[in-house]
Formats: sequence, structure tokens, C-alpha cells
Amino acid sequence: MSFFCKVEVANIVQLKTELIMKSNEFSSGQNNSLILLRILIGWHFLYEGVLKLYNPAWTSKGYLLSASFFKPFFVWISGDSMIGVVDTLNIVGLIAVGVGLLVGFKIKWASVGGILLLAMYYLAHPPFPGLEQGPAEGSYWIVNKNLIELAALLVLYQFPVYTSFGIERFFNRKKAESVTG
Amino acid sequence: MKNEDSIFNRWSRRDMLKSLAGIPVLGTVWFAGAKLTGSAMQEKEFLLETLNIKAAAPPASGPMSGAPVRLGIIGFGIRGEQLCRALGFATKEWLASMKESAEKNPNDTRLKEFLDQENLNLKITAVCDVFDVNADRVINSFSTPENKVARYATHKELVASGQVDAVIIATPDHWHAPMAIDAINAGVHVYVEKPMTHNISETYALRDAVRSHEKIVFQVGHQHRQTQSFLTAMDIINKKTLGHISLITTNTNRNDDNGAWQYDIHEKASPETIDWDMFLGSAPKVPFNKEHFFRWRKWWAYGSGLSGDLLTHDYDRINCLLKMGIPTSVMASGGIYTHRDGRNVPDVMQVNMEYPDFSTGGSQDAGKEKGMTFIYSATLGNQFDRGTYLMGHDATMELGNMITIYADARSTRFADMIKEKRIDPNVPIYQYNPMANATDAVTSATAKYFANKGLLWTYRDGKRVDSTFLHMREWLSCIRNGGTPSCSITEGFQEAISAHMAGLSYKLGRRIEWDAAAEKIITKPGEDLDAILVNNEVIV
Repeated sequence: MSFFCKVEVANIVQLKTELIMKSNEFSSGQNNSLILLRILIGWHFLYEGVLKLYNPAWTSKGYLLSASFFKPFFVWISGDSMIGVVDTLNIVGLIAVGVGLLVGFKIKWASVGGILLLAMYYLAHPPFPGLEQGPAEGSYWIVNKNLIELAALLVLYQFPVYTSFGIERFFNRKKAESVTG
Repeated sequence: MKNEDSIFNRWSRRDMLKSLAGIPVLGTVWFAGAKLTGSAMQEKEFLLETLNIKAAAPPASGPMSGAPVRLGIIGFGIRGEQLCRALGFATKEWLASMKESAEKNPNDTRLKEFLDQENLNLKITAVCDVFDVNADRVINSFSTPENKVARYATHKELVASGQVDAVIIATPDHWHAPMAIDAINAGVHVYVEKPMTHNISETYALRDAVRSHEKIVFQVGHQHRQTQSFLTAMDIINKKTLGHISLITTNTNRNDDNGAWQYDIHEKASPETIDWDMFLGSAPKVPFNKEHFFRWRKWWAYGSGLSGDLLTHDYDRINCLLKMGIPTSVMASGGIYTHRDGRNVPDVMQVNMEYPDFSTGGSQDAGKEKGMTFIYSATLGNQFDRGTYLMGHDATMELGNMITIYADARSTRFADMIKEKRIDPNVPIYQYNPMANATDAVTSATAKYFANKGLLWTYRDGKRVDSTFLHMREWLSCIRNGGTPSCSITEGFQEAISAHMAGLSYKLGRRIEWDAAAEKIITKPGEDLDAILVNNEVIV
């Protein structure tokens, strides 16, 4: 093995160590907790998307029409000319975010997508005092589960843990390989 | 390179595992979602196939082509004005107030809906109203350069004028039958508000008049017959989905002055502006009384109280579905408990109508089930919406603009499906919502109450339509194209007699019976039922 080769190997090892370090800035418990959070949110998004995908009668029209906040906007997007696109975008969005988080692909993008969807759900029916509250399984004041899930996605965006679990690990490894090439 | 290889090999295995671990989870979640939705939909399909209910809208009435129908308005009070609007004629004052309201609130589509309404190809040529202000409003708003609305002092002059093909009668109840009979005898088509008549004998007289003038098109104003859900409801009953219906509960719940007929008294009302004698007609002669004039529904002399005014709507809604006709007997009770303001009609009233021989058909052994009670329960002191229920051995139907059916936990027909947990008695087995694609800007509780009964509007192709418009259009279509309207003399006769039996039972405090063979209310010797019914002495 030549000197250069040795240097290269040393470089690769250093690079990989850096990458591993990057995702291992946390203890394994911290890391696993973040991964668990990612899987659970991905699971939730995917399931919601799949249920809607396989139910041809599903539409967001009722939810939008009954909006208690930003009503003109939500009523506008629930109009006959918009609702088809809105429903399709919602299903595609839910499934894409769910798949992204579950398999660990484009986690940051998936987190942003999820945040946008949840922000829409939250803003249509925010649990603000004085606004009519639809049926809910719990009691909420300003904060509800949509908002909490949104905040959880914000955490995933900041700490994507993409190199320790998920497809993106491949890509990162390939990046490391291509540096050596 | 050996070191390098070993590093990558080791990482590769762990990479593989860690990288792809999400995929089985993805597959599982996807599979679960797809399977659950699929089986839920299969169950729904299975249930719908089993029930085999055909959701259909009533057919549209015929074309409005040909020469314009010349219309006379008899009575332009609150209801008369609403009827004219349904026909496409709104007063200048209403148009101005709606324009202002629409500018303030973009969700207020009342003006737009009015302007979008189909032109029924008619002209209002004549008016008869004993109050000058009302008559002037018609003349000022509905006259055109080519067609000046003529005012007639009496309805007799109006129907004999040769200027009208048809009339709308929206007067106090005691004038309905005399005016309708005069119009029919003059060869004029009639749309009369409910109740069709004010006493028993004129109910027969009006029936005779309609029957002896075959060309006359006669319609009673029960506009909910146009409700989109009714054909679907009929199909549900014909398919014996509910099994044997033993009980029907209907009701009125109102809790405001307007709902209790405490209408505004016009500032210009005076003996000079109102033809008081003409208003009184057959009613007892009393001195000029503004309250009697504007709030006539509160007295038996001119109105018919809850039984004539509101029971008739609920009775006719059910008669439209079941065609059960006049009850064998009626018992009623009630009192003046919420508006003790000098009125003599009850404001709380319960009516039980018995149909011992009626059956909608059942799922149990032949002969086990027969007979039904129709209950009407009303208060003008509470507006909780109790809903209309048709209660059968196999299922219960909630009837409104929407239809919801719940299987009964002890049903015979659905027993197996309930046992197999394919039907949950707490979850509707069928729901029909004609407004599924419609946006509603309904605000007031009273409007919702009326809307749910199909009295304000119904739906066609997911669009909100004024049911009164459809009802009058049907009448006009029969005038133009032939046919019999949905609420003609047979239905009107049944409505009027049933309501009068309820009124009589309330007043006499006893069961009132109907002799179906003789088509007579059974009378005790010496009893004058008409006199009892319209007796205006205060009874509390």
C-alpha cells in the first residue's frame, strides 16, 4: 500500500468518523428516542393518508367548510374548482411525509411538509377561546395535538438523525465513498 | 485495502439493516390501512345492497312556456309576501333591505338566490287586501308600464273580473274556504295556504267544489312535499326497512314571539286603512281591534292554533309518505302555558292520532303487528329540536331534510347481521344527505328548525332551492301542462279533517272519532261541531 493510499484511507476513516460523530452527538438513548419519534409520526401520517387514499368518498370539504378561523380562505379552497386538487394534495402530502419519516428519506423535507399540513389543520380549527370547537376526544385551550405534533416535527427537522436509521444512511455512505473515488 | 474492506463490509451489513428497517413498518402500516378501509367499504356496500334503497329526487315539474299566467293575490300579509317572492315578485322595500344586507355580509346570498331563480312566466294582475298599506305595496312594487296591478275591494270582484287565471289565497284561516270556493266557481285556479279550511262543513263544501270543476287546478300550501328526501323516504318504507311502524313522533318547538304569532302591529293600522267588516267575515262581530287583525292566529275565530297552523305541516309530511289518511280517533290536550296574553288557542298541545288498522308491513309473523299512533307534540316555550321519528320494529328513521336510519337492537329483519356485528344499532345503517355538497349560511335557530322540516328550502343537485318555489311551480305546471298537484283536494281534505278533529278534542276534552265508511266525524246528539271548533270564547 502506497503512502497516498494510506493517507486516503485515513481521510475516509476520518470523514466517516465525523459523519458518525454528527449523528452520535447524542447518547444512544437520545438517538433512539428521536428515531422512535420519527417512526411514530411517520406511522401516523402514512396511516391517515392511506385511509383517505382507499376511501373514494373521503373529502376534506366538511372540515374546510366548518373552519372557525381564516374562514374565507378555507371556504375558498373547498370550492368546487379547488377541492379535488386540495384533497389530492392532502393525500399525497400525508403519504409522502409518512413514507419519508418512516423509511428515513429526505427527513428534513418531510418534516417541513408535515409542519405545513399540520399548520393548515390547526389554523382551520384552532382551539382558541371564543371559537366554536368541533368534536374532540380531549380538552384543549390554544394547544392541541396538531400543534404538539407540529412542534415534534420541528424537533425532527432540527435533529433529523438521518445517518443512524433509514435509507438516507446509504446516501450518506455513498457520499463518503464518492469522496474517496 | 484489507483494513478498508473489512470496515466497509462490517458497515454494509449494519447499514443494510438500519437503512431498510423502516420499509417493513411502511408496508405493515400501508397494508393495515388499505385492508381496514377496504373491508369497511365492503361492509358498507353489503349493507347498502341489502337495504337496496334508491335515493331519488322528485321529478321536475313541466315547462313554463306559453302565455303568462295572470295571477291575483288575495292577502298580502307576511305569508302572501313570501309566496310572491317565491314566484319571483319581491317588493321594492325587500330588495333594498337585501341589497344592504348583502353589502354588509357577503355570506348573505338571499338576494342572489332570489335573482337567480327561474322566471315562472306570470304576471300579477290583481290584488285584494283589506289593509290599504298591503294592497299599495303590491301595486307599487309589481305594476309595470304594460301591466298595472288592479286592486279589488272584495275577493268576489277579483275572481269575477276576468283579469285573473289563478289566485293565491293567503288570508286568515276563516276566509280560506269561502274564497277558494268562489274562485273555483268563477273558473279560477287556486293555491290556498294551510289549513285548507277553518271548520268541518266547509271542508266538504270545498271538496265538492273542486270535484265538480275538473279543470281547476287546486293546491294546498304544504311546500315540504317538494323536499328532496321524500321519495327516498318513501322507498325506505316501501322496502320495509323499518318493519312495522307502531309509533310516529312529530313536534313543534318554538321559543320566540314571532313563532308564537306575536307579529308586529303596523303603525298605519286604523279603521280608515282596514276594512274591518270584511276582515271579520263569518267571525263574531267585535269592535275594530288591531291585535286581532295582525295576530289573528291567536284566536279560534280567525285561526286554528297549533292544530291548524303547525300540526298540519307535520301531519301532511307523514301523510305524504305513508298515505295513512284520516285517523280513526284523535285525543288532544294542552293549554295556554307560555304566552298568557289574551289568546285563546293553546300554545302547548299534544295530539295522539290512532290508526288501529294501518300497517306498513312487517318482518314478524302475519297478524302479529297492526296499528299505529301518530303523535304531535308542541310547545311555543322551548325550541329544542326533537326531530321527527318513524319507529318500526326493525329500524327507526329520523326524517328531516336529511334521513338517518338506525337498526333496532331487537329487530327481526336485522337480527343475524346484528349478531354477526355487521350492524351496530348505535350507528346509522343508512344516511341520506341531499345537502352533502351545499354550503349553508343558515344562522337562526328558527331558520334551522324550519329548514330541517323542508319548510324553507330543499336541495336539487346539491343546490339549495326554496321549497315554496317548487310547490308553486308544480301548481303552475299543472295549470299549463295538465296533471294534479301533489297536495290537492284529497290530501287537503285529510289534512283539514284531521286538524279539526284535534282542535275539537282539545276543546271538548274527549276522544273524537271518525266514521270512515260514512266519511263523518262522529257527533253526539245536539252537538254542533263547527260552532264548538270556531267558538271564540276564552277557554283556559
